[in-house]
Amino acid sequence: MDALEIARWQFGITTVYHFMMVPLTIGLGLVVAVLQTVWYRTGKDEFLRMTKFWGKLFLINFIMGVATGIVQEFQFGMAWSEYSRFVGDVFGAPLAMEALLAFFVESTFLGLWIFGWKQLRRGLHLAALWCAVIGSAVSAYFIIVANSWMQHPVGVKMVNGHPVMTDAWAVFTNNTALVAVPHTLMGALGVAGAFLLGISWYHLWQRRHDGIDTVEAVPGTGRRRRERVVVGEAPGVPGRDRTDHAVWLKSLRIGAVVAMISFAGTAVTGDLQGKLMFEQQPMKMAAAEAACHDGTGFSVLSVGNLGSRDCSDVAAVIEVPGLLSFLAKGDFTTEVKGVNTLIPEYEKAYGTNLPDNPLYGDRAGEAIQYVPVMEVTYWGFRAMIGFGALAALAALAALIATRKGTVPQARWLMRLAVVGILAPFGANAAGWIFTEMGRQPFVVAPNPSMAGSVDQVFMFTAAAVSPGVSAGEILTSLIVLTLLYAALMVVEVRLLWTYTRGGVAAAMPELAHAAPAEPPADDDSGPSGGAAKPADDVLAFAY
Amino acid sequence: MDTLPTVWFCAVAVLWVGYLFLEGFDLGVGMHMKLFARGEGERRVLLNTIGPVWDGNEVWLLTAGGATFAAFPRWYASLFSALYLPLTLALVALIFRAVSIEYRGKVHSDRWRAAWDWALSLGSAVAAFCVGAMLALTTTGLPLDANGDRVGGPFAWLTWYAVLGGVAVVAFSLVHGLAFIALKTDGGIRARAHRAFVRWLPLAILPLVAWVIAVQLCTGAWWSWLLAVVAAVAALTAWMLARRGSEGRAFIGLALTLAAGAAAIFSAVYPVVLPSTLDPANSLTVTSASSSDYTLGLMTVVALIGLPLVLAYQTWTYWVFRRRLSVDSIPTAHSVVPATLVRLVTGKQA
Ligand code: HDD
Ligand code: HEM
Ligand code: HEM
Repeated sequence: MDALEIARWQFGITTVYHFMMVPLTIGLGLVVAVLQTVWYRTGKDEFLRMTKFWGKLFLINFIMGVATGIVQEFQFGMAWSEYSRFVGDVFGAPLAMEALLAFFVESTFLGLWIFGWKQLRRGLHLAALWCAVIGSAVSAYFIIVANSWMQHPVGVKMVNGHPVMTDAWAVFTNNTALVAVPHTLMGALGVAGAFLLGISWYHLWQRRHDGIDTVEAVPGTGRRRRERVVVGEAPGVPGRDRTDHAVWLKSLRIGAVVAMISFAGTAVTGDLQGKLMFEQQPMKMAAAEAACHDGTGFSVLSVGNLGSRDCSDVAAVIEVPGLLSFLAKGDFTTEVKGVNTLIPEYEKAYGTNLPDNPLYGDRAGEAIQYVPVMEVTYWGFRAMIGFGALAALAALAALIATRKGTVPQARWLMRLAVVGILAPFGANAAGWIFTEMGRQPFVVAPNPSMAGSVDQVFMFTAAAVSPGVSAGEILTSLIVLTLLYAALMVVEVRLLWTYTRGGVAAAMPELAHAAPAEPPADDDSGPSGGAAKPADDVLAFAY
Repeated sequence: MDTLPTVWFCAVAVLWVGYLFLEGFDLGVGMHMKLFARGEGERRVLLNTIGPVWDGNEVWLLTAGGATFAAFPRWYASLFSALYLPLTLALVALIFRAVSIEYRGKVHSDRWRAAWDWALSLGSAVAAFCVGAMLALTTTGLPLDANGDRVGGPFAWLTWYAVLGGVAVVAFSLVHGLAFIALKTDGGIRARAHRAFVRWLPLAILPLVAWVIAVQLCTGAWWSWLLAVVAAVAALTAWMLARRGSEGRAFIGLALTLAAGAAAIFSAVYPVVLPSTLDPANSLTVTSASSSDYTLGLMTVVALIGLPLVLAYQTWTYWVFRRRLSVDSIPTAHSVVPATLVRLVTGKQA
């Protein structure tokens, strides 16, 4: 592998990893803010508990988003210096704005929220959380503006071989971004929904398993057997009282509804994205379909050698006629161009070989491969929709299964619900991998409306990597970061699991006060005796 | 016209000073988790002094990076790619730091906490060193070719200047951290931090002074020398104030030292932003590295709106959390146990 390929792997791995944390941060943050708002309005205990519990998991995840995000900010310059030089005039601005207008808000107000439970008035404390949540949505907007410009460059003119911004409005209202932002935010909600659902299911199941909640038949009612949940409490276990049942049941319902809304939302916005993609990156659309020849049918299953990239033996086995035209154009008859039609068009517009320029290194003069890796685009697209749909169906099933007020006793169902948390994560990762790899061989995809003009804006990925950096250096960072990320993933998941199993009491130690005494803390200089009562009002301690 | 590039050169410098000043003390506090704190109680006090603010401080680094990208893409590209390995190290260190602050208290076990204490201390030290080395090199130069790419292999950046800059920021952060601890705590820990600060300040400030002087000797002008003198006077004043026991004023004196010192360095290299040690013709300057005036104008408007807001709400945060902490204000740690009856039956703990 040469520096370019290593750099691509490294960018892919670090970004996909970052995007494991990000959707949970965005989605769960919003849910927690709504929960706290309800608590603020109604004062109902269960909403306070939900805020605290989900807030704790939110924070455990949030910090990993921060830690991995720092890498993102630096690696454009480190591994992609030619890219940074080329796009800097346009691409740097949204990135800088993201830090200045979003990250500052997010991090500062989250600090206020974590530590301010007793410092701030209730309303102000709630407002701090809302600021942080809005901050993360704003950050998604800015970063997607940057990304969308790579998918569809607008608002620039070429000066000395570099795009220079001439119309900021066009850049910041790029239609690609205006549909990608809601699509991504909706995708993030799906992650939060499945997360709530899986974990609440586990707790409802655990309550039944421990015999706290029981189900009894309602005597003497009609033909259909009806059942009723008898909610109990376990005085020996901190937090396991009647309110606890409401916490999990409500969380589960909210999660299921959120997951369903998310899928509907991604479908609507995704449809809009497909239509733009048809105009802006026709090759990506064709590759997503493994469509070699022009046609109108949507392939449900294609077989053959997708990797051959010349379409010699790809055949659609199952096809829905007209659906592809609908995705691309909104009718059932427009012919969508296939790979074989597009290759000559691309070659005519952007050349058949990479330029003989030292920036392309060993690849200078190589023939250009205009078809992205079709296995990835084809299956990536289907995995995104498939996992999303699966999560939505599961959410619907969960709503039905919990109608009577608790979950079934089957252990495997509980396990399924917990594993199902992964589905929307998979959908998000698949969608991004599809988007990014479908853009190849360009790092800045050409905007077809500029096609033919001498001032077209595009950049081949092969010219984007840092010329001065050796493959060995990039490989070192690839290995170090991958190992570190893998280890941190284990730590994060274990912590999430520990706090999940601890239930509400894990996030609200005050609930445990009534329960059997905890082992004394092993502070060597901690408060001794009753006199030095912790001055709780100084800080609501988090660390 | 290079008014806007010059304005942005100043803006980037301000962002770096903001970063070094704010994150400086929490990097210092991080290192003091091992060096200064005695026992678990004090460690938790230290951690909680920076708890509400450290993430916001770190964003100054991201903003400095992002603003460099937006305003001087060629500076960003050349500097970051030339320093590939040290920046990778810095990233690893920053990751460890962030995660350890948040995860340290999440499991009630001595081994767990001890491991994260190391991660926090070393992470803070390494991050401070790498950032210092990077800033020093951007003022003293790197072996860059005409395209702005590093020649000479992965370690071509490793010079005494890099080490000097690294040590300068580590040492500064250490005393800055002590000043912050003295300002934010009460009881024995406050007195000890204050004594240590007074004792170590004269020594810890030396590498920074050496760096400032080195840059002056290379490219200094009368105004940058003047700023260097201001920095020295501020350092001396801070020390004398600290000896008299004025913690707050000493802290402000330290801030002035940093600001004037950085201004002396940055103004001495202006209009060069990244010198090439191979050929002065390859050096990046404010004009050759900058974005178009259109982009800079846009960024100026955004910064004029954004930066005052940031300063306002960050200041407010420090006000909200202005109370001093002491070991007595730390509640006992609690362990997280599964909320299940099985535990009661088997006595198994998580
Ligand atoms: C839970 C997540 C999720 C779900 C259920 C869906 N998507 Fe999606 N999709 C994403 C998460 C996502 C994403 C990760 O957020 C992407 C990557 C880039 C982007 O803007 O959003 C994406 C990209 C993306 C693109 C690529 C745009 C481009 O490359 O220019 C298209 C065409 C669609 N989606 C279409 C759909 C359709 C028709 C769906 C139908 C149901 C759908 N998505 C469900
Ligand atoms: C929104 C901001 C994003 C920006 C600005 C961005 C930018 C880039 C850049 C510069 C590259 C390297 C050049 C290339 O290989 O084409 C890249 C590659 C890649 N990115 Fe993104 N990316 C973004 C988001 C994401 C996300 C969220 C994911 C996944 C979850 C992702 C997945 C990938 C993958 C898998 C590659 C490697 C593709 C390949 O080399 O074939 N990206 N991206
Ligand atoms: C669609 C893609 C992305 C979205 C929606 C997104 C959004 C987010 C969110 C919500 C966080 C966590 C909150 C926070 O720390 O403030 C975060 C962290 C971060 N992200 Fe991403 N991000 C994406 C991809 C990227 C990319 C490609 C970059 C590279 C420039 C990046 C840079 C960062 C940075 C630097 C942080 C840490 C911020 C901090 O310390 O507060 N992100 N991002």
